[in-house]
Amino acid sequence: MSILDGKAGDRRLYMGNECIARGALEAGVSVAAGYPGTPSSEIIETLAKAAKQAGIYVEWSANEKVSLEVAAAASFAGLRSMCVMKQNGVNVASDFLLHLAGSGTRGGMVLVPCDDPGALSSVNEGEARHFARLVEIPLLEPGDFQEAKEMTQWAFELSEELRTLVMLRSVTRLSHASGNITLGDIPPQTRQARFVHGGFILDPMEGPVMSAPVTYKHGQQQDRIRRAAEIFETSPFNTYTGPESPELLLITSSACNLYSKEAIHLLNVQDRVGLLKLGTTWPLPEKLVARHLAAAKAVLVVEEILPFTEENVKVLAQEISGETGYRKFYGKRDGTIPSTGELSPDIVAGALAKVLGVTYEAVDPNYKAKANQYAFFGAPNRDLTFCPGCPHRASFWNIHNVLAADGREGFVCGDIGCYSMAVLPSGFSTLKTLHAMGSGTGVASGFGKLAPFGMDQPVMSVCGDSTFFHAALPALVNAVHHKSDITMAILDNSGTGMTGFQSHPGLATDAMGNEVPSIDIAGVCQALGAEVRIADPFDIQDTQAVLHELLETKKGVKVLILRQICALSPQKKGKKSFDMEVDADLCRGEDCGCNRLCTRIFRCPGLVWDAENKRSVIDEVICAGCGVCASICPAGAIKKKEIAKVA
Amino acid sequence: MTGIAKDPYNVIITGVGGQGNVLASRMLGNLLSDQGLFVTIGETFGASQRGGSVMSHLRVSRTSAWSPQIPLGQADLVVSLEPIEAVRVLAQYGNPGIKVLVNSRSIQPVGCISGETAYPPMDDIRKWVAELSAQSWFVDATNAAVKLGHAIFGNVMMVGALSATHELPIEREAFGRAMEAAMGPEKAKKNLQAFDMGAAMVAEAA
Repeated sequence: MSILDGKAGDRRLYMGNECIARGALEAGVSVAAGYPGTPSSEIIETLAKAAKQAGIYVEWSANEKVSLEVAAAASFAGLRSMCVMKQNGVNVASDFLLHLAGSGTRGGMVLVPCDDPGALSSVNEGEARHFARLVEIPLLEPGDFQEAKEMTQWAFELSEELRTLVMLRSVTRLSHASGNITLGDIPPQTRQARFVHGGFILDPMEGPVMSAPVTYKHGQQQDRIRRAAEIFETSPFNTYTGPESPELLLITSSACNLYSKEAIHLLNVQDRVGLLKLGTTWPLPEKLVARHLAAAKAVLVVEEILPFTEENVKVLAQEISGETGYRKFYGKRDGTIPSTGELSPDIVAGALAKVLGVTYEAVDPNYKAKANQYAFFGAPNRDLTFCPGCPHRASFWNIHNVLAADGREGFVCGDIGCYSMAVLPSGFSTLKTLHAMGSGTGVASGFGKLAPFGMDQPVMSVCGDSTFFHAALPALVNAVHHKSDITMAILDNSGTGMTGFQSHPGLATDAMGNEVPSIDIAGVCQALGAEVRIADPFDIQDTQAVLHELLETKKGVKVLILRQICALSPQKKGKKSFDMEVDADLCRGEDCGCNRLCTRIFRCPGLVWDAENKRSVIDEVICAGCGVCASICPAGAIKKKEIAKVA
Repeated sequence: MTGIAKDPYNVIITGVGGQGNVLASRMLGNLLSDQGLFVTIGETFGASQRGGSVMSHLRVSRTSAWSPQIPLGQADLVVSLEPIEAVRVLAQYGNPGIKVLVNSRSIQPVGCISGETAYPPMDDIRKWVAELSAQSWFVDATNAAVKLGHAIFGNVMMVGALSATHELPIEREAFGRAMEAAMGPEKAKKNLQAFDMGAAMVAEAA
């Protein structure tokens, strides 16, 4: 069912990200751009699927900064535009973001970052909302599914009224949760794009668009923020439920609104606690918050990660303390609410119980003790691992074995993608540094210049094909230019695998399904002056031979493109290349000198150990038929039979 | 409207990344939402699911949305696409009144494949689940699905099995209509067959 289906009043079960996409469509958005990243990806995906029918333009940009620039251009031309990314994407976009806040916008423009408290699918707990305060743009945080749609729609109006970019921040537990909403209508596209630039230099609507003269424009932006605060005072997205003068005022926003409601319900303390849910978290609607502070005896701020709202409210409480007197605060600064990890109804209930002096026991302790005991002994952990048939398992098998055979304590610097899991035993613990997109190659570029200080270890980096264009390219340029001795492996699986096969500049189809020029990674690397080789990681022998040669004989920057389509890609999914079988007579089991190389070390979920018969065996349901394990068995016991050619 | 035993009624669908947990929870959520019930689903996906334990939380209510995370100890029903995942979920969200439906086909964690940990005997798992729940059903959905043509039908069988527990208002006809709308009459027929096979398995297991 398309996101465009349905009219005002229709009821739907939508994922939070779909609510945001629908809200943008109901606001008449014309252009949307972003870079994939969990938990944000479905917003652009949903819009991209509907783009042709809706008559809008949607793209997966090369990175987040470019996506913000692309969306900004539409705003400068008078259209409504949206830009979407995950939390750390805002860091990438932040240089342009700062200047965009200064220059102001024209058509309504909304930036949607989706944060990931608890790092459920991230390697950081970064928060985008601090950027709203840092660059001084209004910040909205939906507190449920209906609000996710309605606040998105309103964000465009607010942006147009104030002529500033507006940030609408979501989190994993909203973006990736689903709930029922009531739809509104989607207006037809009527706006014409025209960039008016011939007016007076200080004219925000007709002059050139820039953040200079800086202090003048900065002052204008601060005026807009003061007007935003005034508008927020009467926003219907700030709600209060509870007694007139509560014993405790609980201030919250975002998904924490749902946790807080549930916690109050669990403890049955509706008559003691007032819940102030803020939808407009920065700038604070100060008069509204002040009224509630005055009516309450104490305050608990419930939010995820750093004490953002807590600090803002505390500053306000200090400023009005002459009239209201002292207010006791509970939150992160006093340890009532943790400052790391995501919150939950239980964490909020625990905090509330402590502050109110009531007891809350979720489960009968006898049941809990028994269940814990069974789970401890009976539910062995599931470490994350590459999917069966994943090219990365083969790539890291090759890299790991070549570096081990090389014997000079070589290592690999990594970055963000499914291949980040190569820090784990499932990737043979091959990655030794792991940071931001493209950072593997940047860090390697630095390591590669340390020979004068005695460093003689081979230096490698890995990045994915989408990551190559996102941020590895400048690092590669840097390494070539400075003659850094590194070997960069580009794990080219023909798509943005981790987030669901979004298009990138290396592919021939864009987000909307149009044919586009694909940029050849090998050609780019060659043009930059790197020594380039291409191998299929499933061909274990060839890949290892090529990598050995690159490490041993070549100086400067070497690029090894390991090309094999992701096992989950729509082209490949469900189709096996080989029927796999372990010949039980040839498998020597525990007596083999290999020490169970296939299962103890290779660790593919599709190749399991039959403890009863002490032999390896293929799990037919799991095996993806890639055939790689046949190459690793020293006894030749793992047999592959070709069944289908996958392009 | 067919009833729910409690408001909100809390369901956890659990399994291993790649088993189709998210699709199963969406399928179930839509069936319930179409009857006018408020459904809230909480789940995680992305890299966090690669071979790891995954959970979807479904809250079913007559009145409103709820937190996308079920509070500890508050699940009413667990649908487990893999046996040990049922045990894992019970330790966090179980209580003596809980009911559990399990697909008895195991998926070995890599730690078991490598020999660092051991997968427990199925008889033990059955005993633990029975002891920690008010009622439990073990059905061999994956193996039946493989016989039907593809392991992917296993989750549809689990939905069919769930309907036969009568814990949630899931109607066969509504399921058939949803399948037909999503994938056409040909595939819908096969899925309805899987649905019926699942329902029959619960009748046998009971």
